[in-house]
Amino acid sequence: MAINWFKYSSPSTFYGAAGKMVPWFAWSAAILFVVGLYIGFFVAPTDIQQSEAYRIMFIHVPASILSMFIYLVMAGYAALGLIFNTRLSSMMASALAPTGALLAFLSLWTGALWGKPMWGAWWVWDARLTSELILLFLYLGFIALHASIDDPRRADRASALLAIIGSVNVPIIYFSVQWWNTLHQGASVKFTGTSMHVAMQQGMYTMMMAVWLYAIAVSLLRVRCIILERECKAQWVSELAEVKR
Amino acid sequence: MNKLSLIGLLSLVIRRDLVLAMRRRADVLTTLVFFVMVVSLFPLGVGPEMDMLRKMAPGVVWVAALLASMLSLGRMFSADYLDGTLEQMMLVPQSLSVLVLAKILAHWMVSGLPLVIMAPVLGLQFDMSAQALWVLIAALLLGTPILSMIGAVGAALTLGLRGGGALVSLLVLPLCIPVLVFGAGAVEAVVSGTSVSSHLSLLGALLVMALAFTPWVTALALRISME
Repeated sequence: MAINWFKYSSPSTFYGAAGKMVPWFAWSAAILFVVGLYIGFFVAPTDIQQSEAYRIMFIHVPASILSMFIYLVMAGYAALGLIFNTRLSSMMASALAPTGALLAFLSLWTGALWGKPMWGAWWVWDARLTSELILLFLYLGFIALHASIDDPRRADRASALLAIIGSVNVPIIYFSVQWWNTLHQGASVKFTGTSMHVAMQQGMYTMMMAVWLYAIAVSLLRVRCIILERECKAQWVSELAEVKR
Repeated sequence: MNKLSLIGLLSLVIRRDLVLAMRRRADVLTTLVFFVMVVSLFPLGVGPEMDMLRKMAPGVVWVAALLASMLSLGRMFSADYLDGTLEQMMLVPQSLSVLVLAKILAHWMVSGLPLVIMAPVLGLQFDMSAQALWVLIAALLLGTPILSMIGAVGAALTLGLRGGGALVSLLVLPLCIPVLVFGAGAVEAVVSGTSVSSHLSLLGALLVMALAFTPWVTALALRISME
């Protein structure tokens, strides 16, 4: 039997579906966080060059990768909303933005904490750091534009256009390492062979999954709030058990 | 009623916007004076050592140009929006993108070109060499139109919003960073004796890309803001 995916593009059905999914994502994120942190702190060996300071990468790398990836997902949802005029896509885009901004900020912060012992400076004007900062600005611009337009329909469409324009920036971030090749160390995780210890890899992939699931869980939770806020006059909302209470 | 050709429409809108700008000369001059003032404030802030000033000059001039162009963005569509002209413009049978391109070009002639002409004088304040000044002019000639074009998208998106001025800077400034990097980089390259052409080529590439896409995106943004 084919599943009718379009059924879930309506806010009223998606509200319930998201509500069922949130605990699964949230609990698996919590478990993976605990496992990942245990591997990161106790199993993974001390690095020869960077000693204990390298351990911050277990949160830094997932946060950086996801902050970029979420921007692309957000721009994708925004484009869907702009093209097909589906309300839920635009809601998803605005639900993803705060999580993306948070992860971009975390990436900069943990990067600074790592940079102080390694490079001797909290901040250097390296290409990758700068592009991550620009990414944070792009997120803030998206959120600010959405917040300053009162009509939700216009807000969705205007910020969608902005997100698509900004997504031109995300590939520049990725390729900046090759283009401007400066202080930041090159990628250690490659598709063919890697320079990392196995336990370090395991820790990082676990943390990556954890942050990934966390991002999905919070975004779904946030989109549920946005749906309730936007549809507060609809009848199905007033019939919900949690609203009646 | 005879239908205007695209070129006819382009020159008509440019002429109209220039006439309007000339009737309100104070607006144009404010941007220029702001540019001169910001650049002149830097030596007062960081001290008068010529070596340091010479090194800073390209970046200072470029950042000031960026800020000055932000200042004038609000004017690009707001007057036409308030008196209903913009609504009429969206109803014309010709392409809205061409109309927008004309408005961008007119805006650049009024707010970008004066900066380019004024920049060498400011460069002299910073003791820049003649060669560096020529590169600065070339880079600004290539770069300031891009600032107007990217700015047009931001101006269209924030049309009629409260706090539009600060918001448009927040949206547009991050997108202008490549222009700043390559523009100031070109002048630094000539000072340090490396090749200028790569920076200017990249600026040129950005200009062509902006010319191809931003009028269309701005037209889309205007339709979103006006519906």
